[in-house]
Amino acid sequence: MNILKFFTAGSVDDGKSTLIGRLLYDTDSILADQLEALQSANRKNDDGTIDLAILTDGLRAEREQGITIDVAYKYFQTEKRKFIIADTPGHIQYTRNMVTGASTANLAIILIDARNGVVEQTIRHSYLVSLLGIKHIVICINKMDMVNYDEAVYNSIIEKYKVLAQQLKLKDVTYIPVSALKGDNIVQHSEHMHWYGGQSLLHFLEQVDTDNLDKSQLARMPVQWVIRPQTDEFHDYRGYAGRVLSGTFNLNDKVTVLPSGASSTIEKIEFFDQAPDAAHAGQSVTIHLKDDVDISRGDTIVNASALPQDTKLIEADLCWMDGRALDTTVMYLIQHNSKVTKCKISEILHKVDINTLEKHPADEFRLNDIGRVILKTADALAFDLYDDNRANGSAILVDSRTNLTVGALMFRAAVE
Amino acid sequence: MSTYNFDYLDELEAEAIHILREVAGQFEKPALLFSGGKDSITLVRLAEKAFRPGKFPFPLVHIDTGHNFEETITYRDKMIERIGERLIIGSVQESINQGKVIEQTGKNASRNALQTVTLLDTIAEHQFDACIGGARRDEEKARAKERIFSVRDEFGQWDPKRQRPELWNIYNGKIHKGENIRVFPISNWTELDVWNYIRREKIELPSIYFSHERAVITRNGQLMAASPFLNMDDEDVVFHKQVRFRTVGDMSCTAAVESEATLIDDIIDEISASKISERGARLDDKVSEAAMEDRKKGGYF
Repeated sequence: MNILKFFTAGSVDDGKSTLIGRLLYDTDSILADQLEALQSANRKNDDGTIDLAILTDGLRAEREQGITIDVAYKYFQTEKRKFIIADTPGHIQYTRNMVTGASTANLAIILIDARNGVVEQTIRHSYLVSLLGIKHIVICINKMDMVNYDEAVYNSIIEKYKVLAQQLKLKDVTYIPVSALKGDNIVQHSEHMHWYGGQSLLHFLEQVDTDNLDKSQLARMPVQWVIRPQTDEFHDYRGYAGRVLSGTFNLNDKVTVLPSGASSTIEKIEFFDQAPDAAHAGQSVTIHLKDDVDISRGDTIVNASALPQDTKLIEADLCWMDGRALDTTVMYLIQHNSKVTKCKISEILHKVDINTLEKHPADEFRLNDIGRVILKTADALAFDLYDDNRANGSAILVDSRTNLTVGALMFRAAVE
Repeated sequence: MSTYNFDYLDELEAEAIHILREVAGQFEKPALLFSGGKDSITLVRLAEKAFRPGKFPFPLVHIDTGHNFEETITYRDKMIERIGERLIIGSVQESINQGKVIEQTGKNASRNALQTVTLLDTIAEHQFDACIGGARRDEEKARAKERIFSVRDEFGQWDPKRQRPELWNIYNGKIHKGENIRVFPISNWTELDVWNYIRREKIELPSIYFSHERAVITRNGQLMAASPFLNMDDEDVVFHKQVRFRTVGDMSCTAAVESEATLIDDIIDEISASKISERGARLDDKVSEAAMEDRKKGGYF
């Protein structure tokens, strides 16, 4: 059994929370006391059935306003898979929350209201999915019950969406007609849409390739912590602890340590009481090198045959996440895995109108703005391009005046 | 390239170890909050995997309500001896003696709410800048929205509206003086995941997690262990039942469930079939629909 992390985009009116509630409800993932709390809550659907959306509306303000304003994580599992859902708000003022939820997902569900078809927010959500490089996309055409389960409505919507998908270079797109409210094609195959020959949403989620196993040749491990017991028993012990971001390290592999550029060979890989002969993407391990090189937190161990970028000027997509606008005269901190260094945004190349996908020249970045910038870092980062290696091609910006996370960065090019 | 089997428990474990090592790397004075419950016992195991053969880069901190299950304290002391790490105890009784909190009265009196003050005082006294805890997002709706690195202001308060975005696997631990961060390495685990991990790792637990005979009373529809810490009167009839506990909180607010489960396998079967969530056995969550959110805002774990 493995894990599929997915996120859902859509606004309140699309029935996103209802869809998640339905997934939880129909997979028996709601326990009796939670159900009891649900039934005693004041909100009910028009027909008197319980409002499944309440399950994912966590905070009091949200219950009062009836909208989702933050990322809520939900968990359920079937016999085939464990699922982690990032439930994110869909309104434009919560773009940053959506970017946050999408950043750890390997699948996105985008909801389209069958009555309205492809609308501005569909474009916005699809753009964010392409920006964050999410591998699989499921387009749920929801509220099919409101359009008499009409195949022609469904077909005309997917024809329109295909144009958008092509424009955004989205490759792996699956279309499913559903009614979250009535439960059509969510877990059970719908009785009302015999014209649809595909899988129900849950069946699709259960079998889609999660690709948790990273097959990249780019072996990368940022050092988080150096283990040095300095006891009699472990007098000369010096282990580099970290999580392999991508690729595989094998015993005796030649490696390079960045930023120093020092070379060495992997002498031993440890995982608690085991000594495996390889460390793979996703695993938290301790690595020992043959040579006595100076390594500390923030350094990165990489395979010598595929070195990362090492420029201090980087072209990147930036999503601004703070109420205080970007100030190009201010020095920010950039956190790239375990490495933190100072940086400046030296140039704003353009901003994207995420409702129309048009690019505009810009000289300011405000909350939820997204666009392309050039940044200059104080120390070189051992980075890859986001499209080649998501885990090593992303970083956050921190405002050292407030300590807040103010920006999400996806590296697009090294500037020579 | 060699193939490898990386299943969901391996992935959750690797994520938690990564988070623990980020705490070690980013903070000056972290601490691991240890309650004696299965979630914090799991954290100790994960810390061993993250830092051995080195020492933990943090002490364990136990906020002791004084209303403990004896089995928990026995377990705690034995465990500390085995792992050879430092234990700091924050005492609610001492907070009461100092007049910082006032013991509740009445039938539903509990020290659960009082421990927030002791926790905040202990954090201040030792100047902890990060406190690692075993809370999980599947426990409760308010927790489902909490970050893995969750900032508390100098009053220990959590502000759900001012949470930092948390992207990819990058954790921003920057704080101002006086603030601290609560860190939840097993955020993405469910109760069942924790049990499956305990089984896989053959981790020993306090005996109250397993079926045993106990003197109990019925309170608000739930079975409570009869103890001097419960304000009982003539209406409370003590009887004996085969029970176990699903969480180990303060004795005055942790309900027992009837159970014959004596082995971890039995417990996993029981939870898989169960229709009551784990926090359903905590009276403190039942006060209002927003109970947990209110307590977390006030500094509760």
